[in-house]
Amino acid sequence: MRFIGQFLRPKSFVYLGIFIVLLFMPKVLPIYQLMLFESGLTFAIMSLGFNLLLRYTGLLSFGHGALFATGAYAVGMMGRYFPELYRIEILIPVALLVSLIVSALFGFICVRHTRIFFSILALALSMVLFALLVKLYDITGGSDGLHIDLPSMFGKSFEGMRRPEFLSGAYYYFLLCTFAVSTIIMLGIVNSPFGKALQSIRDNEVRAEMIGIRVRRYRWYAFVLSGLFTGLGGALWSFVNGHITPEVAEWVFSGEIVYMTLLGGFMVLEGPIIGAILFTYLKLYAVSITQYWMFIIGATLIILVLLLPEGITGGFVRLFSRIKKSEATGAA
Amino acid sequence: MENWIIYILNGLYFASFLFLTALGLSIILGVMGILNLAHGSLFAIGAFMAAWIIGALGVHAPVSIFILALFAALILSGLMGLVLETSLIRPMYERALEYQLLITFGALLLIEDLIKMTWGGTAYYASKPFEMMGILSIGDNQYPLYFLFAMLITVVAGIGIWLIMAKTRVGIMLRAISMDREMAKAMGIRTGRLNTLAFGMGAALAGLAGALVVPTTPALLGIGMEPLIIAFIVIVIGGLGSLKGALVGSLIVGETRSIGIVLFPEIELPLLFLVAVIILVFKPKGLFGR
Repeated sequence: MRFIGQFLRPKSFVYLGIFIVLLFMPKVLPIYQLMLFESGLTFAIMSLGFNLLLRYTGLLSFGHGALFATGAYAVGMMGRYFPELYRIEILIPVALLVSLIVSALFGFICVRHTRIFFSILALALSMVLFALLVKLYDITGGSDGLHIDLPSMFGKSFEGMRRPEFLSGAYYYFLLCTFAVSTIIMLGIVNSPFGKALQSIRDNEVRAEMIGIRVRRYRWYAFVLSGLFTGLGGALWSFVNGHITPEVAEWVFSGEIVYMTLLGGFMVLEGPIIGAILFTYLKLYAVSITQYWMFIIGATLIILVLLLPEGITGGFVRLFSRIKKSEATGAA
Repeated sequence: MENWIIYILNGLYFASFLFLTALGLSIILGVMGILNLAHGSLFAIGAFMAAWIIGALGVHAPVSIFILALFAALILSGLMGLVLETSLIRPMYERALEYQLLITFGALLLIEDLIKMTWGGTAYYASKPFEMMGILSIGDNQYPLYFLFAMLITVVAGIGIWLIMAKTRVGIMLRAISMDREMAKAMGIRTGRLNTLAFGMGAALAGLAGALVVPTTPALLGIGMEPLIIAFIVIVIGGLGSLKGALVGSLIVGETRSIGIVLFPEIELPLLFLVAVIILVFKPKGLFGR
């Protein structure tokens, strides 16, 4: 009942409104902008998963790119080896299953440590996957990557259709709905007893252990859940991008995931979503104006860390509370 | 049999520049508690600087020019480290882990593009010292003398760092900070200056390692990425902030990789990690971790 109660707040109606507005995006945005927005949405699903670890479990993974790549490569490999099963209603569960296996394995090793060692281990493991994707050329296509064909969706084939048409049609609605469902599920997770247990582990590990929470196992569960969202994001992204390369498994991309999350502000659930979408535009803008885009990304990152550590949403929250306070003192 | 001697010697060469990279990373991590993701970029600065000097001055490339190049690389990377620490890292000591990592990640992106702006996107070849030093025959096999020279430089640098850490006042203060920062402060140690020094030292070591690599591989953009990752593995194996750990860790990694390339050429990096995982299962804090 409490779970349902959460949705009967004014905030939820605002979100419902936003969702309805987003349904009309393909009519409003030019196709190029729409494709960018769609990759932003897939990153948003990923950053929801990432933030489950960072904000709610207190673990900073610097290797989430590998889990993103897992989802994307699950789709790519299915297309390569089982073309007859290339249907989105099969591909997504397969991608989830593969992400489950890989993140269970990674998580099993990583959660033995916390703090900086956890980050190093996640990073190093992700580089192992990266190396495998590059080196096993015959299986994975090496650094050339894999081409992602348009999948059939619920019995409807899109063969012969151009990607932009596909992306502005049925796929957009599928993606948007998946995104909405993921957000609702994540909201459910963080407010469930399990989510509260994770937060108690983050706040005080010893105390959590004392009240009977199996700390390491819960961290592992959180890692796997996070991996599922990340893998889902990767799978959905592969259709938007049309081509996948091992670069998404490289740790630089993992760093960008951390950046997105902090850009939006990781203290609220919505922050990473906003950050992911904004980052997509920021990066593309930087790449299009200069070859030194890394400089721009790096400089904005440093400015963000130094001046706006709570991200954009955190900045807004602070601004609002300051306005409220000044109103209160003004009235008095 | 002689083949194996070559493989082991190759492993030692690989271990030597890895040791320098990992040692710098380990000093920074141990003294300041900051994982420096920009370490690979400092390595790259050293590599580019050395390659550029060898290319510009060393037409005939006597060894003296190469040594000059090594020093220039060491100093440039060290200076870069000092600038980084005083400008970006210093406000981060009291901040949460994610900000510390992100600021060094931002520094990495900045430095990579600074390198691109300074030296352009092209590769720099500086194989002259490698060719000049000639070849040693071991039975039927040939072994480049340059590898031995690189090991010699590493040993000298390693002993130098050990002397600083074990014998000098500064070294003792640095070790005190890495053991207990608050207590060291309470005893009147000026942690601020020593942090800067430690970061500069670590950065200089990375630059030296980069310069040592350049005669065998061209200086390319992103040259520091792989050494950085492998240096992480070294630290995980060897344990945090210990010189012994960095040494033993890099020997294990160097030899594993050298033998792995022969036996399982496709998967030498996953193999390295397998070794790290096995060690971590038995020794969760690494071989010499506290």
